Amino acid sequence: MRPSAVRLLNILVPVKRAVDYAVKIRVNPQQTGVDLNVKHSMNPFDEIAVEEAVRLRERLKDAVKSIKVVTIGPPKAAETLRTALAMGADSALHVEIPESAPAPEPLGVAQALRAIIQREKEGEGVDLVIMGKQAIDDDAGQTGQMLAGLLGWGQATFASKVDVDTSAKTATVMREIDGGSEEIRCRLPLVVTTDLRLNEPRYASLPNIMKAKKKPIEKFTAEDLGVDFTPRLETLKVTEPPTRVGGGKVESVDELVAKLKEAGFTAV
Amino acid sequence: MSRPFARSLSQLARPLSQKPRQLLRRRHRDFSTSTPRHLMGMTGFTETQVTVREAVAAVCSRFPNTYWQEHDQSEQDPTEFHAALAKDGWLGIALPEELGGAGLGISEATIMMQTITESGAGMAGAQSIHANVYATQPLARFGTQEQLHRTIPNIISGQWRACFGVTEPNAGLDTLRLSTAAKVQPDGSYRITGQKIWITCAQVARKMILLARTTPRDEVRKPSEGLSLFCIDLDRTQPGLDMRRIKKMGGRAVDANEVWFDNYAVPADTLVGAEGEGFKIILHGMNAERCLLAGEALGLGYAALGKAAEYARGRVVFQRPIGQNQAVAHPLADAYMQLEAAKLATYHAARLYDASRSDATVQQDAVGVAANSAKYLAAEAAFTACERAVLAHGGMGYAVEFDVERYFRECLVPRIAPVSREMILNYISEKVLKLPRSY
Repeated sequence: MRPSAVRLLNILVPVKRAVDYAVKIRVNPQQTGVDLNVKHSMNPFDEIAVEEAVRLRERLKDAVKSIKVVTIGPPKAAETLRTALAMGADSALHVEIPESAPAPEPLGVAQALRAIIQREKEGEGVDLVIMGKQAIDDDAGQTGQMLAGLLGWGQATFASKVDVDTSAKTATVMREIDGGSEEIRCRLPLVVTTDLRLNEPRYASLPNIMKAKKKPIEKFTAEDLGVDFTPRLETLKVTEPPTRVGGGKVESVDELVAKLKEAGFTAV
Repeated sequence: MSRPFARSLSQLARPLSQKPRQLLRRRHRDFSTSTPRHLMGMTGFTETQVTVREAVAAVCSRFPNTYWQEHDQSEQDPTEFHAALAKDGWLGIALPEELGGAGLGISEATIMMQTITESGAGMAGAQSIHANVYATQPLARFGTQEQLHRTIPNIISGQWRACFGVTEPNAGLDTLRLSTAAKVQPDGSYRITGQKIWITCAQVARKMILLARTTPRDEVRKPSEGLSLFCIDLDRTQPGLDMRRIKKMGGRAVDANEVWFDNYAVPADTLVGAEGEGFKIILHGMNAERCLLAGEALGLGYAALGKAAEYARGRVVFQRPIGQNQAVAHPLADAYMQLEAAKLATYHAARLYDASRSDATVQQDAVGVAANSAKYLAAEAAFTACERAVLAHGGMGYAVEFDVERYFRECLVPRIAPVSREMILNYISEKVLKLPRSY
């Protein structure tokens, strides 16, 4: 049998700095958004994505040539990149936007990621994008799909298991779908979005935190990439959900049925 | 960090075929996903300190208060905790990079120790690794290359644990009177005879950093001469080594011991640095230890205060939360300010200590004054916070389940060790105020 040329895998992991999952968010007094003067950390789904890239390298060894992480965000988002580097990514790209700028929307982010990937083509290219299925701040859940669409690549969303065959240039992905799971095989290059059960991210160890300080972070601006982050949506008003009023207890089924009828519910 | 986040969500979602993971995580009585808010102001800390704090807190979050309650009651060593920190390289935080450490300073080690106690691990958690972080400092500085490469990587990896053997029944604060003797033999090896006391983790330690007299006190010019530092194996199969656990008030998970040596043989290459220079060598580490202890005290104080504030917000008596009563609120507010002030003193001392290693203009005396003051202030602030936390809980403060009684028992440690409050007051009186020595 002819030995197949093993293709080397270059992985790109987009990550987002988001309000920490444990923070109780509050609407700001102007009702234009939530109070952002709170602890931030890496979007948990993105942490899973970084972890998966690092695990792929642990499984496939040298076949994974590079793991790059990229973020689009204010200067402070560099901390998020350092976290990803400490988890095991090799290098980082930071598309810096001003602190005061509005948060980019999914389409803008997908366009910026496409520009990054096209730029990378001059070097080793990108064969696999692993990213969170959504960020826990705006919960848009669109970027991965848009990116695959813009690039004309395959997409495997809501992944709970990822296997890559580098020689065949394919990936087998288990997806979480309504009512069960679905296994699909895709050709590389590919966009994978991660679901919760894909893995449990590791803690950054101290030696890796120290190493991460020395790993390179390359900076860009939106202009460098030729993208425009101007929002297409206007937020009119943000409000707290109404406080829930407590329920009442009923004595019997008959009383319950009567109450339901009273409230206008009828049996179909 | 996403682990608890992921867990809470995956538990809500449909069950998977895989077996649910055994969780150490305590079930909260309410359904809030918010972790207890940390009280300490983080302004002024360096980026590295913040990183250390977050990363160590992530490791500690796997060891909830229930873990420490159980280990305190059963007096079982928190082996898993030590292993978890070792696995991620934390024991090497202040050890040189060429030996596998991170090469960070005492400022970072102090915030690590504080984060550990503050997580609910308390002094037990801190003491389970304390000597590995601190007693290895003189070794790293004065040991031979061979000694370092043989020992330090094994301590960082957690394979070997270390304990520190200085204190004796008749030589506590008066270290120079220690009577454990190491007699050199014709072949260059040593035989050790004497007794050590309050040796933390001796039961589980493979190595002891030991201070012993190699020249009798009456044969040296100054009592500070004639002491030597050793890094010895604690080999229980060899004759002449015996140890007994001391029953104690707090930190019961971690063993503290009396250790007896009777003609216990150790090879010549266990000597660290020059013979007779031992006291000078360990002095280098003492200010560092004060800083670490101060950090540990702070963490305990903030942990207790956090619990007290949480309880005072939630506990309703006479139709109002007890924290609405100023008699409950004010002592806690006062304790907070004391902790914050002690925090500034502590990280100031740690910064001075680190600076003194590269900056000759930082006087050792200034470091000593700062480190001792920090230890004093932090220990007192922690004591205040822990006591008031117990009182704010009322009867529940006496129950193990509410943790504050454990913190309270443990907060006596930094008041007593490694140097008493009274000796620090003596030191400041003499060195700063130039008052005549009283002892």
